[in-house]
Amino acid sequence: MSVNEENKPHIPVANPKNRIKESTGYKVFTVFNTIIMIFVAVVTLYPFLYLVSQSFTSEQAIIAGHTGLIPKDFSIDTYVYVITRNDHEFLRYYLNTILYTVVGTVGSLIFSSILAYPMSKTHLRINKFLSPFIIFTMYFGGGLIANYILIVNLGLKNTMGGFILPMLISTYYVILMRSFFMSLPKELEEAGEMDGLNKFGVFLKISIPLSKPIMATMTLFYAVMYWNNWFNAMLYLQDKNKWPVAYFLQTIIRGASASEADAQQVSANIKSCAMVLTVLPIICVYPFIQKYYVQGMMLGGVKE
Amino acid sequence: MSKKEQVQQQTTEEWSPKQIALRKRMSKDFKINWQLYVMVLIPVIYYIIFRYIPMFGNIIAFRKYKAGGNIFGETWTGFRYFEQFVVDRTFWRAFFNTLILNGLYLLFRFPLTLIFALLINEIRNLHWKKFVQTVSYLPHFISIVIVCGMLKELLSTHGPINALIESLGGEAISFISLAEWFRTIFVASGVWQSLGWGTILYLAAMTDINPSLYEAAKVDGASHLQQVLHVTIPCILPTIATLLILDIGGLVGSGGAFEKVYLLYNPMTYQTADIVSTYVYRMGIGSGNYSYATAVGLFEGLINLVLLTAANLVSKKFARTSLW
Repeated sequence: MSVNEENKPHIPVANPKNRIKESTGYKVFTVFNTIIMIFVAVVTLYPFLYLVSQSFTSEQAIIAGHTGLIPKDFSIDTYVYVITRNDHEFLRYYLNTILYTVVGTVGSLIFSSILAYPMSKTHLRINKFLSPFIIFTMYFGGGLIANYILIVNLGLKNTMGGFILPMLISTYYVILMRSFFMSLPKELEEAGEMDGLNKFGVFLKISIPLSKPIMATMTLFYAVMYWNNWFNAMLYLQDKNKWPVAYFLQTIIRGASASEADAQQVSANIKSCAMVLTVLPIICVYPFIQKYYVQGMMLGGVKE
Repeated sequence: MSKKEQVQQQTTEEWSPKQIALRKRMSKDFKINWQLYVMVLIPVIYYIIFRYIPMFGNIIAFRKYKAGGNIFGETWTGFRYFEQFVVDRTFWRAFFNTLILNGLYLLFRFPLTLIFALLINEIRNLHWKKFVQTVSYLPHFISIVIVCGMLKELLSTHGPINALIESLGGEAISFISLAEWFRTIFVASGVWQSLGWGTILYLAAMTDINPSLYEAAKVDGASHLQQVLHVTIPCILPTIATLLILDIGGLVGSGGAFEKVYLLYNPMTYQTADIVSTYVYRMGIGSGNYSYATAVGLFEGLINLVLLTAANLVSKKFARTSLW
């Protein structure tokens, strides 16, 4: 990105006439481009700002039809209410989500890397069969019903396993990891073997420490996946005490949970407040982790 | 010597030197790399249980399944469930809705993403560029539950969009419960969520363009627009082609849209919103017609398999790249 940017505007254009013509046109374009970018940024951020505003606005003001970006009758009552209501149930869901995210991410990292690493060794005979065996699952799968029946029959309903196991290994992420492992210098691994490490030792003591960037990327990919998942909870977690916060949120956005008798409309400030609390960790860490995401995307993306 | 041993010896004798060499190489490979094989064994078992068993579980599309019984079904029913759904108008509605929603989404998202990438590439101020990128990638990380929750708040009859309409003298529209608005909402929110993220591969491809190409173009007197049209776009054409082909390959799949449609639709909007995967969900998990729902899902899955394979082959041949 940076190379051609720095070069382009500074090089004088051969024909001076052309240059003058271009610079006016280009100035207009720059202004126009900036306006578009501001528009995109505003449209992207507006819904988040609106949620934050609603969550700090009092219920009366919302009923009266307040829709501005500045909270009216500023109050944190909604937050207190959301967190404490029904015996602090929100905190329980939040803790569940943290638990699932941590356990799931650790499991996913281990299982994905012990699959991706052997797959990256192209000289390994088994890879002739292994790679198609793994990659085929990206093209065709069991579908919703067969997966559901499997999980139920394995007795995983209402367990953490039912939530985590169906998405424990993402084939796409395994492919990304494999690309990274392939790019590692072979000399270092060979040197490790010379020093008497066995294949597993090389993996653990040389390849993994060299793979910090991809491990960071994968941690984030998987963590966000677990944090955001609600559908497995809807399918497999009937026990309310085991819900992750994303699914709880879904039930209050729908108006009420199916199991609850008091099926009444939840007011907008409560919904907004719960959404803000759920999305907050992601927004907070997002600016710092963004570059890892982008790196990861480019790793597996289109290669020439 | 038993008969079995005799046969075994015979076959060993009949092996050509090539085959023996192969066998030796195989066993040598295993001796050196056995630890890698042990490592890979656990994920392979995972794939067998959680990916391949459900894949073969699709067999219940042809067999009667009893809740809690054999996951591969009890008795053969042949094509009964297929015969049922091909005459089911709800299925065809869902099938065409899938095509229409995916098609419209691609039609808007694809060119907009490309244009947005070209515009980002023209930003000279690096801080401003970084800011725009950071902001525009953000929606990609937000849970679909939150995105749909936001949409419902923004589009509710008391929400800001209707407040704007009313202040302009219009009448409030209950967007979420009107079938004719569903496609617009689906496509617009999809573009909102994916616009920035979709530019990453284009921007990466643009970084790889040799700056001397631009210099040469300038010497020839090419304007900025001409540089974009005659240098940038031809250079990223393989990326554009690959992404387009793969997107077209995914047109029939409804799995990706499931969560959003499920969270946004309601019986009032089924007419335009119901897609194959939501239909499968309602028929299977909702009403317990497991075999019927599996048959529908399998039908879509097979078309999807063919299209994805074709797309990948075409992109390999055309752009000499493939996604995996």
